[in-house]
Parts: sequence; C-alpha cells; structure tokens
Amino acid sequence: MTTYLASRLLQMVPSLFLLTVVLFALMRLGGDPVMHLAHPEASPEEIAEIRAAYGFDRPLPEQYLKQLRMMLRGDFGESFRFRSPALPLVLEKLPATMELAAVSMLVALLIAIPAGLLSAIFQNSPLDLGVTTTSTLGRAMPNFWIGIMLILLFAVHLGWLPVSGRLETTSIILPALTLGTSVATSLARILRSSMLEVIRQEYMTTAKAKGLHRWAVVLGHGLRNALIPFITVFGLQMAWLLGGSVIVEEVFAWPGMGRLLLNSVKVRDLSVVMAGVCVFALVVMGTNLLVDFLYTALDPRIRYSSS
Amino acid sequence: MTTSGPQVLGTEHTVPEPRRYRYRWLWRLRHSPTGMLGAVIVLGVVLVVLLGAAIAPHDPELIDLKQRLVPPVWAEGGSVGHVLGTDQLGRDVLSRIILGTRVSLLVGIAGVALAMLTGVFLGVTTGFWGGWWDGLVSRFLDTFLSIPFIILALAVIGVLGVKGGNNMLRLILVLGLANWVIFTRVVRGEVLAVKERDYVEAARAIGQRSWMIMLRYILPNVTASIIVLGALQISTVIIAEASLSFLGLGVQPPTITWGIMLADGRDHLATSWWLATFPGIAITITVLGFILWGDWLRDVLDPRLRE
Repeated sequence: MTTYLASRLLQMVPSLFLLTVVLFALMRLGGDPVMHLAHPEASPEEIAEIRAAYGFDRPLPEQYLKQLRMMLRGDFGESFRFRSPALPLVLEKLPATMELAAVSMLVALLIAIPAGLLSAIFQNSPLDLGVTTTSTLGRAMPNFWIGIMLILLFAVHLGWLPVSGRLETTSIILPALTLGTSVATSLARILRSSMLEVIRQEYMTTAKAKGLHRWAVVLGHGLRNALIPFITVFGLQMAWLLGGSVIVEEVFAWPGMGRLLLNSVKVRDLSVVMAGVCVFALVVMGTNLLVDFLYTALDPRIRYSSS
Repeated sequence: MTTSGPQVLGTEHTVPEPRRYRYRWLWRLRHSPTGMLGAVIVLGVVLVVLLGAAIAPHDPELIDLKQRLVPPVWAEGGSVGHVLGTDQLGRDVLSRIILGTRVSLLVGIAGVALAMLTGVFLGVTTGFWGGWWDGLVSRFLDTFLSIPFIILALAVIGVLGVKGGNNMLRLILVLGLANWVIFTRVVRGEVLAVKERDYVEAARAIGQRSWMIMLRYILPNVTASIIVLGALQISTVIIAEASLSFLGLGVQPPTITWGIMLADGRDHLATSWWLATFPGIAITITVLGFILWGDWLRDVLDPRLRE
C-alpha cells in the first residue's frame, strides 16, 4: 500500500511539471511582463534596467527554471491588486470553497443514491421514468441558471433563505443545492445503470434464494458492487464540482477561491490567477488519489502493487 | 401493435427490419421518440438561427424606455406586443432570445469543430505511432484532465485579457482548447484496436505510407465515434459558452447571447423574474435537443460508446 501511494504520488510529478510549463507559456503569451512592472511613461533605459533586474533578459529556459524554483517554494509573486503574496491570498479562500464542495457532494449523494437505487430496482416504473427524465433535464440545465431559479423561488419569492453571502449558516443551502443537484443527475444515472447490471448477476439470485430480506440483498450485495463504477464517476464529478464552484460562488457571492480567481482574471492579476489554478489542480489530483483508495475499501479484489 | 415480420415463439412481437439499408437510420429514428424529439428540437434551433431577424417580432436592440420591464403577456400588466416581456431598457425579450440563438450555436459548433480537429489529429497519430509522441501527449492529457474546464478557461482568458480583440474568436479558441482531451482519449482508444486489424496490416505490407494508412484505413473506421462525440459535445460547449458569457468572460455586449441576458436578468431578479427565466429555458431546450439527438446517434452509430 505504501509503495502504491508512493508510486501514485510520483505519477503526479510529470503532470504537475507540465502544468507549470503550460502556465509559464501562458504567462509569457500574455505579453511582456516588464510592461506590467514598469511605469507607463518609463524610458527605454528604465525598461531595460527593470528587465535586467528581474532577469527577463535571460534565455527562456533559464527564466522558466527560476519561475519553477519560485513556484516550488510557493512563491507565485505578488498580487498587484492586494499588494501581498498571491498564494496566501488563495489559500485563505480555500476553506470556504472546500466547505461548499463537501456540502454539495453530500447533497448530491443524498439525492443520487436513493434515486439511482430505487429507479434501478423498480425499472420502467413511473418512479424510474421520473428519475431518468429529471436526470436528463438536469443534464440540459446550466447549473448557474438552476441557482438563479432557486434564488428566485426560495429567497425572492418565499423569503425563506438568504440570497447570497456566507454570513448565516443557512447561507450554504442554496449554493450547495445548486451544485449538488447538477452533480446528482449524472451520479444517479450511473448508479442506475450499474445497479441494473448487478441485479442480473447470479449472486443476487443466490442471496435471494437463501432467504435474505429483499433490502438486505439490494443493499448488502447489490449496492456494494454497483458502487465501484459509481466511485469512478464520483472522482470525475469532484473535479467538475470544483470547476462549477467558480460560477456558483459568483452567483451566490460565496467568498471562495473561485470568486477570487474570477475577479483576478477580470483585472488580470496574473500571479493570483496562476496560484489559484495550481491550487485547484492540486486539489483535483488529491481527490482523484483519495478516490483510488476508496476502491480498495469497497472491492477487496483490487490490490495495489507498485508495478 | 400489428407487425408483418416473422413471428418467433416466445417473443411478444418482432419489428421487421426494412429492406433498404439506406433508410434504416430513419426507421430507427421513427422508433425512438426521444431521438425524434431531439431531432425536431435541433432542426427547430437551426431554423431559428437561419430565419433570425425575419421571425423576431421586434428589433432586438431597439431601446424603448417607455416600455421598460414589461412582464410577459399572461402576467398582470403584460402587453400583447411583447409576448415574453421587455428588459430594463425596454428591449423585447423574445426577439433577443431568437437572435441569441445565433451566437450560442455558432460558438458551440465552432468550438466543437476546433476541439474535434485537434483531438482527432492527436488521437489518431498517438494511437497509431505510439512511442514518445504518445507518451508526451498522454501526459498533457492527464494535466488537462486535472484542471476543471472553467479553471482552464479562466487561466487562458486571464492571460489574453477580457476586453479588446475578437472576443468571439477567443471564446472559440478557449472552448476548443478545453475540449480536445475527450476526443483524443476516445479516438486514441479506438485507433489502438483498429490498427491491429488485418487490412491495416495488408496496407502496411504493400508499402503504404503511414499517413495514407491513417487517412484511408484508420480514420474512416473511427468516424462513427467522432460524430457521436461531436454531437454530444455541442451540448457541453453551449452550456460552457453561456457560463463564460454569464461571468462576463465570453462574448461582450452589445452582442446578444443567452449568458449575457441571464447576467442582466440576475440584476433584476427582485422585480422582474422573466428576464432570468426565459433565456435559461432557451438554453435548456437547445441543450436537451442536442443531448437527445446525440444519444440517439450513439445508439444507432456506435452503441459501444454508451457508459
């Protein structure tokens, strides 16, 4: 297990390395960095001086290595908007985003597991039709629009919940519902189809034959096996959810990383943008790793070796 | 149901396959109500784009401050002249939705086309050649997969800047950049299987150049998957375009898009519910059309792609 963990962590290195290359290339594509640093009316001599001072006159590979060393130390440069280092600014917003992501995932699971399970057990029933129709519709609706409609209903019309912000504990309900429902649609779909496959397996018949209660068969033998493909999609959806959080945070003025990133993009505060992208990518990679370990817990047949 | 086909004992009924293979897809469409619905919606959306201004009841950019925020015709205070009401500047909502279809579809199709070209090229070449080229592209693939789409789009747009330049072209570029991954993944997998076939071996034996083999023997055999994936990706890209435009990072006003209309509508949520409701319904119907049509295409052309 330890060797597997080490090899998985090692596998992340090339991806992270490429990420830094892509980010470096993007930053350089964005124009001459000296122009961001120099005074608007700086003379050519002053510009050349700044260029030399920051090392921008060196060959590109050398500049990249310098940048890489800085990134590895967690130094993404200073945000020109806040006049402070970029990475702490991003990390400060990480808990709010993770809180939203975790609660949304919980909402998604609470909806998707019963919905997918019941629609598979009662295949072709009105309930099944309802679940599949809703999940197709959910696939077609942009999640930020679902958010706006939820605000319209619960905040504006009924006045039950706060419109936006993160001041009250109830503030998280609407954004988490928005993100959660959009993830729930695909999770319910995948659980339904994998459950349908599991139901036809012989061990299900055996379990029934030995007189187990219907729900013991479904939950103990069925769900456990159907969860394996479900977990794969769950991992992918986690990445999707973190991306979706950007737009949901904007809709609900949730003070997380996504909103910071968005506002930084609008004013081209590039050091914050780059730090934000790196943190997001790391969180996604970490989640995928976690999902891999969930497999072993669920399916003892899967054994990890270092090969 | 009356059928004229051969009856097989034990089956309730058999539906006859039509003799002429050429029309079989049409026959299958007739027997798939959801596919039919999807095709009708897609056709309708294309018609709306083609007819555009001709069917719009008003000039979508005509500002009439005396007619500000008129509710839809069935609501109290609605007017027959503006079926879906007017916005904060007195512009007709229905006409704006009709004209907004154009950008959504154009950007959607162009974005997918770009992703398809890049993705298929990379997928075919990496699958066919393997080796270091495959290794390199696969690493990029992993990296891109670890960054959620919106985050990637934010990074690119952050670097290129929101204002100035041709923002439609920039948006297409971003959408293409974010979506090539899925084409490469699917096509590469298919090519790995196809290249082992005898006819590829035969082509190699008679001394065909590898480019010729890829173009004449491999590509035609993976076309079905590419078409299916393309149709399904259009729905994803339409939502992505709406999301980015909603965030103010996509197409800029005065160009009319559903995303911008939703952003405007959100500002008037407390007083005018219709502004944020109808563009969302337009997106949902359009995306639903492409999803149902794509699902049907998949079932007909390439059932293996089914999750």
